[in-house]
Amino acid sequence: MTTATSPTTFGIHGLMAEYSTAQQLLDAAGQAHRAGFRAMDAYTPFPVEALSEVICDHHKSKVPLICLTGGVVGALAGWGLQIWTSAVDYPMNIGGKPYNSWPAFIPVLFECTVLFAAFAAAIGMFMLNGLPQPYHPVFNVARFREKASRDGYFLCIEAQDGKFDRSGTRDFLLQTGAVEVNDVEL
Amino acid sequence: MTDLLMPHPAPATPGGSTTTGDCHVEWKKPSAAPVSVNLAAARERLQSRGGATYWRSLEELAETPEFGELLDREFPRFASEWPDGVSRRNFLQLAAASLGLAGLTACTRQPIEKIVPYVRQAEEFLPGKPILFATSMALSGVATGLLIESHNGRPTKVEGNPEHPASLGATDAVTQASVLGLYDPDRSQAISQLGKAATWTTLNQQLTSALTAQSAFGGAGLRLLTGPVTSPTEARLIAALLESYPQARWHRWDPLARDGATKGLTEAFGAPVGMRFDLAKADVVLALESDFLTAGPGSVRYARDFADRRKVGHPEGAAATMNRLYVAESSPTATGTVADHRFRIRPSQLGGIVQALAAAVGVAGVAAPPLDTASAKWVAATARDLAAHRGAALVVAGETLPAAAHTLVAAINEALGASGGTLLYSAPIEADPVDNLTSLVALLDEMKAGKVDLLLVSGVNPVYDAPADLEVAAVFQGSSALRIHHGLHDDETAAYCQWHVPATHYLESWGDARAYDGTVSLVQPLIEPLYGGKTTGEMVGALLGRPTDDAYTLLRETWEGQMGGETFESAFRKLLHDGMVPASALAPSQPAWVGASVSAAVQALAGEPAGGELELALRPDPSVLDGRFANNGWLQELPKPITKLTWENAILLSPRTAEKLGVKGNDVAELTSPDGRKLTGPVWLLPGQADGVATVHLGYGRTRAGKVANGIGFSAYAAQTLASRYGLPSVTLAATGDSAELATTQGHQSIDWMREESEQATERAIVRQATLSEFEQDPHFAHAGAHEGIDVNASFNPGFEYKGYSWGMVIDLNACNGCNACVVACQSENNIPVVGKEQVARGREMHWIRVDRYYQGDVDEPSAIVSQPIVCMQCEQAPCEVVCPVAATVHSTEGLNDMVYNRCVGTRYCANNCPYKVRRFNFLLYQDWETEQFKLQRNPDVTVRSRGVMEKCTYCVQRINRARIPADRDQRQVADGEIQTACQQACPPQAISFGNINDPAAKVVADKKNPRNYSLLEELGTRPRTTYLAMVKNPNPELSA
Amino acid sequence: MSVAESPRLPAPLYDPPVIAPGHSSASVGDKISSVVFGKMPLWFYVAMAISFGGAMMLLTALTKLVFTGIGIWGNNNPVGWGFDIINFVWWIGIGHAGTLISAILLLLRQEWRTSINRFAEAMTLFAVACALLFPLFHTGRPWLAVYWLLPYPNTMAIWPNFRSPLIWDVFAVSTYGSVSLVFWFIGLVPDLATFRDRTKKLWQKKIYGALAMGWRGSARHWHNYESAYLLLAGLSTPLVLSVHSVVSFDFASGQVPGWHATIFPPYFVAGAVFAGFAMVLTLMIPLRKAFGLEDFITMKHMDNMGKVMLVTGLIVGYGYIVEIFTAWYSGNIYEWYMIRNRIFGPYKIIWMSLILCNVLAIQPLWFRKARKSIAALWIISMFVNFGMWFERFVIIPTSLHRDFLPGSWGMYYPTRWDFATFFGTIGLFMALMFLFVRVFPAIAMFEMKGLTPDAKVKEPAHG
Repeated sequence: MTTATSPTTFGIHGLMAEYSTAQQLLDAAGQAHRAGFRAMDAYTPFPVEALSEVICDHHKSKVPLICLTGGVVGALAGWGLQIWTSAVDYPMNIGGKPYNSWPAFIPVLFECTVLFAAFAAAIGMFMLNGLPQPYHPVFNVARFREKASRDGYFLCIEAQDGKFDRSGTRDFLLQTGAVEVNDVEL
Repeated sequence: MTDLLMPHPAPATPGGSTTTGDCHVEWKKPSAAPVSVNLAAARERLQSRGGATYWRSLEELAETPEFGELLDREFPRFASEWPDGVSRRNFLQLAAASLGLAGLTACTRQPIEKIVPYVRQAEEFLPGKPILFATSMALSGVATGLLIESHNGRPTKVEGNPEHPASLGATDAVTQASVLGLYDPDRSQAISQLGKAATWTTLNQQLTSALTAQSAFGGAGLRLLTGPVTSPTEARLIAALLESYPQARWHRWDPLARDGATKGLTEAFGAPVGMRFDLAKADVVLALESDFLTAGPGSVRYARDFADRRKVGHPEGAAATMNRLYVAESSPTATGTVADHRFRIRPSQLGGIVQALAAAVGVAGVAAPPLDTASAKWVAATARDLAAHRGAALVVAGETLPAAAHTLVAAINEALGASGGTLLYSAPIEADPVDNLTSLVALLDEMKAGKVDLLLVSGVNPVYDAPADLEVAAVFQGSSALRIHHGLHDDETAAYCQWHVPATHYLESWGDARAYDGTVSLVQPLIEPLYGGKTTGEMVGALLGRPTDDAYTLLRETWEGQMGGETFESAFRKLLHDGMVPASALAPSQPAWVGASVSAAVQALAGEPAGGELELALRPDPSVLDGRFANNGWLQELPKPITKLTWENAILLSPRTAEKLGVKGNDVAELTSPDGRKLTGPVWLLPGQADGVATVHLGYGRTRAGKVANGIGFSAYAAQTLASRYGLPSVTLAATGDSAELATTQGHQSIDWMREESEQATERAIVRQATLSEFEQDPHFAHAGAHEGIDVNASFNPGFEYKGYSWGMVIDLNACNGCNACVVACQSENNIPVVGKEQVARGREMHWIRVDRYYQGDVDEPSAIVSQPIVCMQCEQAPCEVVCPVAATVHSTEGLNDMVYNRCVGTRYCANNCPYKVRRFNFLLYQDWETEQFKLQRNPDVTVRSRGVMEKCTYCVQRINRARIPADRDQRQVADGEIQTACQQACPPQAISFGNINDPAAKVVADKKNPRNYSLLEELGTRPRTTYLAMVKNPNPELSA
Repeated sequence: MSVAESPRLPAPLYDPPVIAPGHSSASVGDKISSVVFGKMPLWFYVAMAISFGGAMMLLTALTKLVFTGIGIWGNNNPVGWGFDIINFVWWIGIGHAGTLISAILLLLRQEWRTSINRFAEAMTLFAVACALLFPLFHTGRPWLAVYWLLPYPNTMAIWPNFRSPLIWDVFAVSTYGSVSLVFWFIGLVPDLATFRDRTKKLWQKKIYGALAMGWRGSARHWHNYESAYLLLAGLSTPLVLSVHSVVSFDFASGQVPGWHATIFPPYFVAGAVFAGFAMVLTLMIPLRKAFGLEDFITMKHMDNMGKVMLVTGLIVGYGYIVEIFTAWYSGNIYEWYMIRNRIFGPYKIIWMSLILCNVLAIQPLWFRKARKSIAALWIISMFVNFGMWFERFVIIPTSLHRDFLPGSWGMYYPTRWDFATFFGTIGLFMALMFLFVRVFPAIAMFEMKGLTPDAKVKEPAHG
């Protein structure tokens, strides 16, 4: 087991531990959480639900709420557009149908709802994830770059965490079974 | 097109020149060209045209038969925007350039605008407000009184003159289309000598020298060939000519001339008599091979009088009102479709039928010949019915019957006491009536004999439309005479005359003519002659040595002579204003009967040949008649009654006969006459056609008519001989193995299709119908049926109320005879484009009103044929409006289904969803935007639609507005009858009523209250504003049993 | 499902796995990426060139169309809609399988969808793109239709007519298109990140990097990502059902006998899924062979898709029967004649082909033998592709050419330009598909990885 020390003494983003399996990472994350670490993040090539639970401290995602709002706005917009244009702004006798032919307006209302909801969900997700994000310190770790999206399992405890202490945290990570721990340069 | 490229025949020297002989042979059969595209040759041809041709060479190349062939080989039927369709569709553009060179522009041809500067406006001339002028159009010399709508000096629309006895405000299809003839770009545009432009002066120099030579021996070498003349002015001038040249001769030729009647009546009464009918008085009418309701002199008036007797309102008195019509004919005609009893007979049977009738109604000296049982039965029944209505009965003989038959029919009418009642004899309306054929033959014989030195051919085209065995072309070729042709087109005959002088169209002319009843009708010009041009009067004037006197002077002379006096000016102005001379109808007379004539006639009929396996009947075409209107795009694209064929003629056979002969519809077949004359054309299956009869329409296969007509159809004159002017008793037919695609607007050439069409029409009660007795039992028969007692208008929606005006239309199916006048009227009123044969074949004709035709009963033995005009129903709950994504068709506050062209993006969803299929889509750029003449013709009140937009009947909304605006200004309601739609106005039987259905006094409301009133497809809940009056037939119980 | 089947067969064949055994997160990624980063065989470029040629033909046909007019097609009176709308409905239908697989099967927790959803979604997008061409170019004046159909007031302050099913179409199809695009892109992001990290070429790194938007597979990302992905799936499900229902309204809310039928929405949706799965099979079978993806697209997928085709096919067949029955039972003379005309009329040959392709040809799918034979599946899927096209022909021109007034009956013949346009869109579609497999992962890597043993974790004990 090697122990690489940081070449620099400047501030760092955090410490990144690499594990060989998702299971190990999950356990380590659990321990870290119990140890009181909060400003941390785990990285996997595929979603691991349990892991997200731990890292996000069992908070529910806000995406559904945003999506719902989008849907409601969309429904109102679609309905309003049709009623206003057909019955208020420029009413016309079309095939002897009433100006407000509401049954005929249902399809467009529905489509608007879905359209707005879907975009709200998508955009909401990206915003919550802070994407797009051109730069992030974790990519400074070589191992992360080559393995994270393939078959690497990483846990990064960030320097901003109250309990973070460069050497202590490193030891903590090592004894959670990390294959290797690296400084994450800023 | 080859004809255009042919050099003009050289002046004929005795013996004739081979070169011209060749070229005459050449363009008699232009299809002789090789099937390979010879680009070099084509290019050479194009150059030979000279002038600014290069920018339109492509179209012209496309016009050469070789290229046509190539296209057909390269792209068979699957090609859409290709072959002749394009050239036909663009026929207007093709002609544009010549016009451009001629320097014609809208304003130089509008005398009114030139003369009257807007600062000092002439009386009742408001820019944008059309003015009506009274004039009249003569067809075969017989006039119909018209009112012409003129927009800023441009005649745009022909209407009937309500005051005129021959019209009563209506017109027929050809008259409606005549305005397009005025603007025909192919009209000859300059005096020419041997094909080179020449002047009136040089012509007159030649004439003077020729005439001085003639005067020496009383004009023995001077000949005049015209159509029948009823014009007092022309008659006066010709008389004067014959006076100053006593040896000169005046010949007549007109393929439509009613020689049979003229001859037959002359036999009967010893002298020519004029004959006209009064159908208002006729209770029972029998028409023998006669389409008297839509063709021939007075047909417009006859149709009206006849229909007035059939527009029954309530059963009370219906029996008294309704007349009964028997029709015996070989090929179905419009008249046949309104008959109560229609008998399919072969022309060769007519003689026997007539004799049998004569015998049955008690004409002395006639014995009934043996007849087959069926014929015997109906002859007996018909005769009984006619006799039972003595004094109110009438027998009408068709012009194709032999003279002897006409004599006998006259005798029958005598026996029925028709004369003085349903039939009026008078002095002939024609000046010096002759037998046209004899007259023409006489002329040709004299030409062969070299007795003719100077010949003026005015307004006739014998080289094309005379019987083939007269070989007019060759005779002209061989003649040494100085031949001057005068006509609208540089036509087939012009090609055989050294001189050609353009004639003026009647809308450019001063003149006069007599109507069917003799009423003298004035002809006054609506526009300055577009290309100079002379009237027949002026031509005769030139022969009289008065080349500078114009038609106006000559006309005035006539009437000054007649009326004279100092009040003449005002009187003459009154004549022009009214368009006719009051009370100038010829007085009825009772000519003395020549006893011997009957027996003579019987003998003559006995000599008539019996019919063979297959008879050939030659008939004038319902649209282009004898071919004189062939270059009129509107008439070419007009679906012919019954066949619904456009753009060509065909060999019409009954399905059964076709089966017997082993041919199918669209097969190209060859008819061979005993003397070896051949006709090659496509076969067309026509239910209702008599078995064993092949009917072929004349008027096609023109070679020098113009870009529209040249090379379409085949000329049936090729089979015509002196002996067989109207057909042959026995011909043979053989399929050539080829087949042709014909352009029809309804149905298909398969028996299954025809059968299903008629079955479904019956099952769906599209045309509702009852007999008089059924009508008496149940006046509301039109509403009996599946959805009886169901409120088809039930709806969740309150719907809209139409408080002010609310337009509606009623079409009386009992009056309509399917004559097509409405179709052309609509086309000229609403700037509807001509799309060409190929597009019609694809089902893309643009007519806003169509006349659907349905066969009743089995297609082998149709019990009846009915016509149903379909316009936009202006549904109150219009399916088309709901589905338009861009709201391009919406409802107006007056209940109209408005079409907003500039909003339309052309999804065609509305057309799909229209149950009546009245919407028309501009699949390509059908409108001609280039040709100057057509710009002149258009109605400025109607948008000219472009490619990619939908269009349809608007109830002539422009006319509604034209009436509503002044009414609103005067703060009054538009009075009933103030607005007439184009179709309504033109309709000879006045089958259409239109008006404000909120006005209880309106005729349309009365009609909608008529128990016969029903809505088409009412079960769809569309609430149509156009409704129909169901048909009531008045069959003879004896026969219907 | 396997329970009922004969126990005589060896275990694996009962229920073949959705991913061949022995694969790890790494191997999956390597295998799938190799399709893109590996060298493409010659046939690929040939096929690409041919498809591109087709796309060029489409371009020519449309140019000709815009400059000459709809008249170059066979459309006429009374048949206002021909190939144009047939192809529109056909393409839209094909699109549906993608959404169905990616959304509905996701919600139904059908793991086997994972290896085909990416590909099917791409297919959806390109099919919708082809479909969208037709409603636009079938109009007489596309240069106006392109924006007059959108909800904006023109200079006369006129808005579109929201009562028109065509406007519903505009909204439905454009919504469907854009939502599918978003769904597809979101699915791609983690895999784009993988590519970003894998590729050695800098310019590729830049492009994939930009597209990956800085994705780093953080647990927080996955947290929101999963939830958004599920929501989109939830939204797409009613959407995909609505789209073809709305398309069917074009006909169902019309007057024309043969259009005016209440069964259209369900019957169209079933037809769409039917057609879609057929197209997936048609494309998937050669693809898995060509790129050796048999490990990920296993017999299990073939089997299941075969079953889905059978079921939806039977629903469609049922639709035909109900159509005939209703026409007869309603006693409506127009409807009844319409049916007779379909079966015995001038276009009877099309109707017969329809029955052959959509009803008879799929019957072998009852038997596992057929579902196990790649060749059989492919042939049947081709039958269905044609069959569904015939169905639209039967519905559109055959209903229009003989409607209410016998006097206005007519025939419809397509022209060479109709065919050029149709085959052109197929060329465009294929070209886009080839481009897609060339530059994007045709199989969702991160989801496949989720299926490997590496991804199996025990819930941690909370303390």
